[in-house]
This record gives sequence, C-alpha cells and structure tokens, in this order.
Amino acid sequence: MADVSVFRSGVTLAIIAAVCTALVAATYQLTHDRIASNEQAWLEQSLQPVLSGVIFDSGISESLLTIPAPHELPGPQAAAVYRVYADDMPVAALFVVSARDGYAGAIRLLVGVDISGVVTGVHVLAHRETPGLGDGVETTKSNWASQFKNRSLQNPVAGGWKLRRDGGDFDQLTGASVTPRAIVKAVKETLQYFDANAAAVFAASADSAKETSE
Amino acid sequence: MTTPTFIERLKTGLWDENPGLVQLLGLCPLLAVTSTFVNGLGLGIATLFVLVFSNALVSTTRRWIQGEIRIPIYVLIIASLVTCTELIFKAWFPALDRSLGIFIPLIVTNCAIVARAEIFASRNSIGSSIVDGLVMGTGFALLLIAIGIFRELISLGWLLAVLPPGAFFALALAIAGKNAIDKRHHE
Repeated sequence: MADVSVFRSGVTLAIIAAVCTALVAATYQLTHDRIASNEQAWLEQSLQPVLSGVIFDSGISESLLTIPAPHELPGPQAAAVYRVYADDMPVAALFVVSARDGYAGAIRLLVGVDISGVVTGVHVLAHRETPGLGDGVETTKSNWASQFKNRSLQNPVAGGWKLRRDGGDFDQLTGASVTPRAIVKAVKETLQYFDANAAAVFAASADSAKETSE
Repeated sequence: MTTPTFIERLKTGLWDENPGLVQLLGLCPLLAVTSTFVNGLGLGIATLFVLVFSNALVSTTRRWIQGEIRIPIYVLIIASLVTCTELIFKAWFPALDRSLGIFIPLIVTNCAIVARAEIFASRNSIGSSIVDGLVMGTGFALLLIAIGIFRELISLGWLLAVLPPGAFFALALAIAGKNAIDKRHHE
C-alpha cells in the first residue's frame, strides 16, 4: 500500500520538523537577551575607532537616537545614530545602517560622519560574505575600509561614488566586487541623508531622554 | 564479535578512522579555519557538540524512520543543532563567534556529521552512538587543534603558513606523518 507509506513518511517528517523547530525556538529564547547585549557591547566598542581625529567631550552611548523605518538611510529596518558633541556643539554623528545588496544577507555598518559631512571612519559590524573574498571589508582582515576616511560628497563628487571597475574612485577587493559595491553605495546614501537631515538629527532628543520624559 | 572497549573505540576515532586524517571528511572547514590554535579549538568544540547530539538524536529516532526519508530527517536534525550551536556561541563566546564567522553555520555542510549519522547512529544504540560522536568528534577536534598550533607557530617565520596554501601543506604533512607511523608499526 504505497499511499499509506507515503502518508506515514509525511507524518514522521512533520513531527521531526516540529520537534526541531521547538528546539531552535527554545534555544533562541534562552540566548536572545545575551546575544542582544553582546551585540550592543561590540557596537559600543567599535564606536571610538570610527571617530578617529574627532575631538569631543560627550558620552557617546547616551546620545543614541533610533530613526524608525521608513527613512532615506540604507536598510529596511530602523536605523540608529549616535550624536557626538564638544562643548554642547554637535561635532559628528555615527550611523548604524545595513547594506542589503551584499552577496549573502545584510551587511551591518557603522559610518562616522563629522559635522561638515566628511567621513571619519567606516566599520563593518556583521556580515555573511564569502570568507577569503568579501570578508576583506572587515577592519581586522584588510585596510580596505580605511579608504573612506576623509571622503565626502564633494570628494569625490557624485559620479565618483562607485568602484573603479564601475568608473568610480573606490578600490574593490581582489576577487570580490559585490560586497565593496554594496558598502560604497550604503556610505554614499548615509552621507546624502546626513547632508539633508543633519539639523534634525542633532536637534532630536535621545532615546533615553524620551523614555524618562514619557 | 566482542564489543570493543571505550579505549579501543577512542583509538579508532582518534587514529585508525580519524574523520580528517583517514576518512578525509570535513576538509573545507578544516582547511579554512585552522590558521590559529584558538580558531581550531573553537570549531573543533562546536563540531564535537553537534556530532554528539546529532548521533544521539538520529539513534533515538531510528526505529520510527522509514529508509526513504532518512536523509531529509538527518538534514533537519543537523541543521537545527547547528543553529542552536551558533546561537550558543553568539551568546557565550561572542569573540570566537566573530572570528569563526560563517564557519559555524557551515558546520551543517560538514560531511563527517551526516556520515556518522548514516554509517553508525542509524544502526546502533543511543549510548553507543553518543560514544561514537564523542570519539569521532574528538579525533576531528584534535586534528583541527594540531594543525592550528602548527600553522600559528610556523607562520612566525614563514607567512605562507597562515595563507590558504599553508593549510594544504599542513594537512598533507599530517596525513603523511600518520601513514609513516602506521607503516613502521606494520613492519
């Protein structure tokens, strides 16, 4: 009786799938809070290096502002920005954005921009790109990301915000152009957003301040 | 046929049938992450963990599973365990997780795991399958650690050792060394 056997196989598969899903769901519940706090710690640890050359006297992590979707920044989910001040005057902003058009999934990026719209640093927080090729964008693997420092929308002008192979000003990585292309585009979009919204970004009150006032 | 003792089985996993040295399984992660001792250790432990639990689960469910759907079930079990392992690493060993990156989720493609499920766990009792996971996983982990240490030390004087070709040289030397020792024992 082939029909009975097919039915039995289907039921067995469904039961095993349900058990496996329950296992993953339980582990997720168990680890979720720790993973979130680890990611936050890693993010805060990366903030300082991205601000190289900027003189400031404010605490960075208290100045977090969440920008809910939809927004003009790269990435579909809510973006975040840390504002940096010296003598209560805004000096720089650090954006946490995600580039979506990488090779495998979203690339989480930290982009530092000073008040005049010049990049102070770019750091890749998380990605799933190919090891040995696209992962050269990591600061620990190569100095590819350092070419963004001191760039702005005027340097190079609009058409130059592409890889050399696409007729622009930015180096690709040997054997990988999809990942660098996605990051160049995300940094450019972040600069354009900052150019248009800098005043609003610095004027908004921080998430922590909002929570206490509400 | 007498049942082999734990020591005999340990020797099988570590030496006679070492998944990396003899069966040449799971070479992709083996070659890719063994540039340092810590990476070798991290991936070794993660693989050992997945192998023990996948053997245990495959053995537990072996009575209810029809032959024609066994492979999708192994895939389900192994993929779930690897996802759990990745979450555990992210929660408790975040630095190691960043350094191993994509290779933790890629444990799912390590053919040593599905091979043990098919060859051993689907035909043996739970206890015996757990022991098999332990000895085979330990054999694989020790090889990862040994190659990691070797490459990290050699790279102090010879940069090529940490680059991809260094992995092939190191594994080739390890296999040649094992074969030479075995040959001497036979004579």
